[in-house]
Amino acid sequence: MNRKVRIAQLSCGPEYSGVQKEIYDAAESVGAEVFFPDIALADVERAVDAFGLDVRSADLKLMIARAMALVEGRVDADGVFISTCFRCAEAAIVRNELRRYIPEHSRLPVVSYSFTERTTAGTLLTRMEALTTIARRRALLAREEQTGITMGVDSGSSTTKAVVMKENEIVGTGWLPTTEVLKSADGAVAQALEMAGLTMDDIQAIGTTGYGRFLIGKHLGADLIQEELTVNSKGAVYLAGHQRGASTVIDIGGMDNKAISVIDGIPGTFTMGGICAGASGRFLEMTAKRLGVDITELGPLAMKGMGKNVPMNSYCIVFGTQSLVNALAAGSSPEDVAAAACHSVAEQVFEQQLQEIDIKEPVIMVGGTSLIEGLVYAMGQLLQTEIVVPRHSQYIGAVGSALLASGFIKGE
Amino acid sequence: MAKVFIYPATSLILSDLVARFGHKPLGAALGIRERIQTAGVDSPPLQITPEEPKRGLKYAAVEVPSGVRGRMAIYGPLIEESEAAIIVTDADLAFGCMGCARTDELILFSLRQKGMPILELKYPTNEEEGIQFVAAVRKFLDSLPKEEGEA
Repeated sequence: MNRKVRIAQLSCGPEYSGVQKEIYDAAESVGAEVFFPDIALADVERAVDAFGLDVRSADLKLMIARAMALVEGRVDADGVFISTCFRCAEAAIVRNELRRYIPEHSRLPVVSYSFTERTTAGTLLTRMEALTTIARRRALLAREEQTGITMGVDSGSSTTKAVVMKENEIVGTGWLPTTEVLKSADGAVAQALEMAGLTMDDIQAIGTTGYGRFLIGKHLGADLIQEELTVNSKGAVYLAGHQRGASTVIDIGGMDNKAISVIDGIPGTFTMGGICAGASGRFLEMTAKRLGVDITELGPLAMKGMGKNVPMNSYCIVFGTQSLVNALAAGSSPEDVAAAACHSVAEQVFEQQLQEIDIKEPVIMVGGTSLIEGLVYAMGQLLQTEIVVPRHSQYIGAVGSALLASGFIKGE
Repeated sequence: MAKVFIYPATSLILSDLVARFGHKPLGAALGIRERIQTAGVDSPPLQITPEEPKRGLKYAAVEVPSGVRGRMAIYGPLIEESEAAIIVTDADLAFGCMGCARTDELILFSLRQKGMPILELKYPTNEEEGIQFVAAVRKFLDSLPKEEGEA
């Protein structure tokens, strides 16, 4: 049996918020154990002085001292989980600085999260799974080339995607809206196999990802069932032809968003979330519906408009929709409204998530929303960089799964 | 015997001093012990469940971080129950600390709002200050009613 992955917890407040057990449970479910690095009391003030961040809360001082003990190798760990109370400004400063400090001074993967009393193990699961995978499967994640015939299936919240790959080429793709999870997966798989001119018997290994990964993984007898943070990172750098060095991957999904700082194809720091659907692909779907256009037409429409002509803030999808309706009622053109919607979503992601990771070029946008060129343009304007959207970017999870699954052929 | 809230609430030395001079110390030990001894709760390490931050809404609004509200669910009832308080400021971490500076601010404010006898002292930094510290605590505790109804 594999040794448990040891995750060092640096935190302030979870035990008093009643969520410490949720953290333990999330770690346990992915074969990891969470521990608090032991340090001497004398180390605390010394570490705070050396770090130079003069905070008042003692638990935050302790976090800093524990981080330094990890970086200096005085405590062994495979990964680090940083967690503080949502809405605490002092803690947010410490969380941000430690999330930057640890990867800069060590090879430890880090994930951070701000919790409320409503945080559950389910919310933390994907993050813990990614952290554990990075720690445990570095060899698997080092794979840069797909071999044999493999399939990847991404069961997302909005759409289900399937990809068949053969000797490092994508030979079949399938895409369906997610309705019944298994039915959508079977449909997408059938499409991909038909396009590839292959049958299930030809497939040598299968990888699944996305929200429905466990269900479809069991259904298809998958060799690899993997959360989307690591899979998307691999898929993005593979498709963009940028497997070595630093890059940033942005995936604005139907239900949540991922921003991942990638080094050599392996996620370093990442954030996952979306305070509200207003910052997700769902808002763009609603915008397209209200404008009476297909989602595929929204991007070109937005490129013809001027977003700044329409006041819109989609921090909340309800208020965002109100802005949308008001703008159209006031006579704004559909082009301007489409551009404003794209800008608003990009701005939410920029303000809520991209501030939390170090943006390193190239910035690669993936997922279905990366095909909405108005959104990609808006993100490029905010980041002041040219965004890379690789071919097949909408199949990112499926491609990453198929690529990594090839590591399982013939017991590889 | 007066119920004396101690700050820092985790200070064993303060707790001991209050008990030694004939009063009941109200601090973290009481609040946490009550939870640890509650059967049927499985929320390690402190047996605080997500219900506590909700109970803490009595003392702090919903926009206040959950960790502050969870702590207030422990300390708030003790502050309500208290008849006097000893506050030691600038204390060394080893003397006792409650982890969160925002909770500290709210606890101190709540204590001062009650209009009860409060002794505020700076943490002693040398032996002479230490002697004066203990003497001040003793004098304060002696001034509190020992028996019920005593002025």
